[in-house]
Amino acid sequence: MMATAGKIRHITPAPEPTPRRIEPVAGVPLIFELSCDGRRGADGPPRPDGVARGADILGRELCREDLAGFPELSEPQVLRHFLRLSQLNFAQALQFYPLGSCTMKYNPVLNEEMAALPGFAGLHPAAPEHLAQGALVLMERMEATLAEITGMDAVSLAPAAGAQGELAGLLMIRAFHRKRKELRHKVIIPDTAHGTNPASCTLAGFQVVVAKSNKRGFLEAAEIRRLASNDVAAMMVTNPNTLGIFEPEIREIADALHETGALLYLDGANMNALLGVAKPGATGADIVQLNLHKTFSTPHGGGGPGAGPIGVKRRLEPFLPMPRLMRTADGLRFDTDRADSIGRLRSYHGNFGMLVRAYAYVLALGGDGLAEASRLAILGANYVRKRLEEKFPSATSEPSMHECVLTHDLEKRAGVSTLEIAKRLLDFGIHPPTIYFPLVVAGALMIEPTETESREILDSFVAALEKIYDEALDDPELVKGAPYSTVVSRVDEAEAARHPILRWQPKEQ
Amino acid sequence: MRFMPHTSSDLAAMLDVVGLENLEQLVEHVPAELRAKAAIAIDRGRSEAEVAREISKLAGINSGASEFTSYLGGGYYNHYVPAAVRAITARAEFATSYTPYQAEASQGTTQAIFEFQTLITQLTAMEVANAGMYDGASAAAEAVLMAHRLKPKRTLVALARALWPDYRATIRTYLSSIEEIEILEVPFDSTSGATDLAAFEKIANERLLCVVTGYPNAFGVIEPLGAMAAMARRADAIAISATAESLALGLLKPPGELGIDIATGEGQSFGLPLQFGGPGFGYLAAKMAQVRQLPGRLVGETRDRDGRRAFCLTLATREQHIRRERATSNICTNHSLCALAATVYLSLMGRGGLRDLAERNVELAHEAATVLDGAGIRRRFTGPFLNEFVIRVDDATKALRAAEARKILAGIALGRDYPELSDTILTTFTEMNRTDEFARLAGALAGVR
Ligand SMILES: Cc1ncc(COP(=O)(O)O)c(C=O)c1O
Repeated sequence: MMATAGKIRHITPAPEPTPRRIEPVAGVPLIFELSCDGRRGADGPPRPDGVARGADILGRELCREDLAGFPELSEPQVLRHFLRLSQLNFAQALQFYPLGSCTMKYNPVLNEEMAALPGFAGLHPAAPEHLAQGALVLMERMEATLAEITGMDAVSLAPAAGAQGELAGLLMIRAFHRKRKELRHKVIIPDTAHGTNPASCTLAGFQVVVAKSNKRGFLEAAEIRRLASNDVAAMMVTNPNTLGIFEPEIREIADALHETGALLYLDGANMNALLGVAKPGATGADIVQLNLHKTFSTPHGGGGPGAGPIGVKRRLEPFLPMPRLMRTADGLRFDTDRADSIGRLRSYHGNFGMLVRAYAYVLALGGDGLAEASRLAILGANYVRKRLEEKFPSATSEPSMHECVLTHDLEKRAGVSTLEIAKRLLDFGIHPPTIYFPLVVAGALMIEPTETESREILDSFVAALEKIYDEALDDPELVKGAPYSTVVSRVDEAEAARHPILRWQPKEQ
Repeated sequence: MRFMPHTSSDLAAMLDVVGLENLEQLVEHVPAELRAKAAIAIDRGRSEAEVAREISKLAGINSGASEFTSYLGGGYYNHYVPAAVRAITARAEFATSYTPYQAEASQGTTQAIFEFQTLITQLTAMEVANAGMYDGASAAAEAVLMAHRLKPKRTLVALARALWPDYRATIRTYLSSIEEIEILEVPFDSTSGATDLAAFEKIANERLLCVVTGYPNAFGVIEPLGAMAAMARRADAIAISATAESLALGLLKPPGELGIDIATGEGQSFGLPLQFGGPGFGYLAAKMAQVRQLPGRLVGETRDRDGRRAFCLTLATREQHIRRERATSNICTNHSLCALAATVYLSLMGRGGLRDLAERNVELAHEAATVLDGAGIRRRFTGPFLNEFVIRVDDATKALRAAEARKILAGIALGRDYPELSDTILTTFTEMNRTDEFARLAGALAGVR
């Protein structure tokens, strides 16, 4: 169950933001600073009299000294501390959180209950497979569902997140070429790509070749044809791309790659635009990863956990990571003996807890609801884009899919930066969009409203941005000083990097 | 659909603003030949009650497993999760926020991560810990990659054969594209179950990049980590530890004190349910001198404009969103909420409680060993152990089946990963097990021939 705390930030159309800093709030002490010798927040396990202590059984030479500095608090003190911390956060459940590329949609509360069912939460990963058939059936259904949605032939649920899905896909590409006795060293990546794409390439041993998108913000097949060669193993494309545009030449790009023996990897982080609209498989993709923590509503958790399943076309199936789910006469089991597999990405079978949540989501929406979700997500992005077009014009003239990338002239006109606009939005109780990404758009504001936000919310966001625009012209210092209403004022990130303090240490006596 | 707020008048008004007549026109610019011709071929949406029923049915099929007394471990451990942990991780303020890129709107998450980093450095006796990784196996793999960045000329990676099979396999995957790297497995001593130090000494030379050792290892044996670290040091190589049962660090000498350079592990034991193997989380801790080669996120302490203490992501120039193909790792989304669970768990257990629990696990496992021994079931190895150990049986498959017939999951057969140990079972004891059941376990296993 998810609960929300008392500190609800009301969002109204263009509220009166706090002009200057409200009175300083005392920060929450660190848990270590609340500690008091001799307290504890969990009772020890029952220990019969006369049992030799563990430390004596092992012998002192194997054991550590006391855990100096470790916290000592009662249970209610620990709860209060973390509840207070929770109240310092913005969150999707509390307010509009239109972070582009992150798909901050509603995370259904039922899904948490489903993942916590004792038959799932208490299931040991090494339990005999015949006692885990319910979990395995859920995984099998999830594989089939994702295959249907993406138009791919086989799916692995093993990767822990999108970036691990990318790594798996790229290692498969490597293995695929190697099997055909081909050495290919390069992967083409567009200039709009997410940072994990080039980072995953390096990890998989490939050199990155950057493809330029055209003035309109998409890739031209001619450019890919120019870059393709028998040293190119694959291209990674995000579709819709990070400008929120459906790549119109994706099929020709796939053909150009395939003609030279290269593969097309599709970064499916933006799948929320494509449900029932277009299947990556039909666009020519050989491999696609999905971020269940985006399109499939599993909570982002302040940075995970998520899950990054990958779907592939038949010819790549032998290379899928371990373990593979397999149906036999005696039911489902894991196949751990596959000669061409790229191997393991992690221990055991994947982030099963996230798969349960995603499956609950898919059941709730169904094929019809998923298709509706994408269309409403696209409507929201286009609505925001249209309503803001005067003050924050779109970076592209192409139609938007589920997100829009906007620009502004406030830097020139008032010396106010995108970062400062983002910080000012916090005073309106709104989490800012993704900023300065994609890198090809100077000062970008990347807005992804998602299908679960209402028109009133979108209107209030539009009103807030318009108001900030006017403020920037009238009183730029006001915007530059933001935020004023958050628990801390502008945080000095440069100082944090100059003098890294990365842990608490007891004060010298 | 209940998650979407659009009324028909909202739709009409929004479509009007964008100048369209219906939703389908929104996607008409997608080339017709690529557009989906048919609806997604999965069932129509369901009510919440129907979803709950369907999924509970699947969970119910497994719940048979909970009727069993379980001695399963092997990298994932059945420990009690205090209710307070769930109460915090269920908070939507934590669960539904993104990676804390906007510091002013994320002080809860950033401060909790700072506390997490501190707890991990305390547990491991290292100087710096990152904000967490996916799991123990990938954390160990990232540690090897980090070692490779620190010593790019070295080419030999030594993995203790007694390191968890999944960890070794994951490291192999992560290293598979680095052509010049050679991976060698260091055998274990067939009597003690600990890594064979003499064998390691032979390869601890100027080619050695790093060595990765389980602590405890895949047989539950507490490795002579200090001796291994010293040998690695003499060869100017990097010593890495991997701890799957992190409760061990509440009691055992911490890796940092034993000369380990990079300490990694799996944190599932700290307040996370079994969940069929995930999500847990990984951790990675090192020395400050190497901080710039660390993978993953870091939170640092700083000040706000008004001089108040504040926390934010820092040293991000190591990371993919800034450094792209030259980043120290591709990791982006990690397992933050799981790391939060551990932060709450460790705060509850505290200075005395964690050690107490670790000790109790040691006591239970040793009592079980005595009971089993009394029934003629011998430990396979002589090395010291924490809460799991390997027993010798005549036929592992038969023994496990016999136990299962008595509603006992007696452990994990090791033969698949260690053919030379095909007559053994790894069996695990935590505070969730009761001493008065050990005789039943012994009885179930002793009868098998
Ligand atoms: C376009 C794109 N690709 C890849 C990723 C990486 O996914 P993850 O954070 O799950 O590793 C993200 C999200 O951060 C993304 O937005």
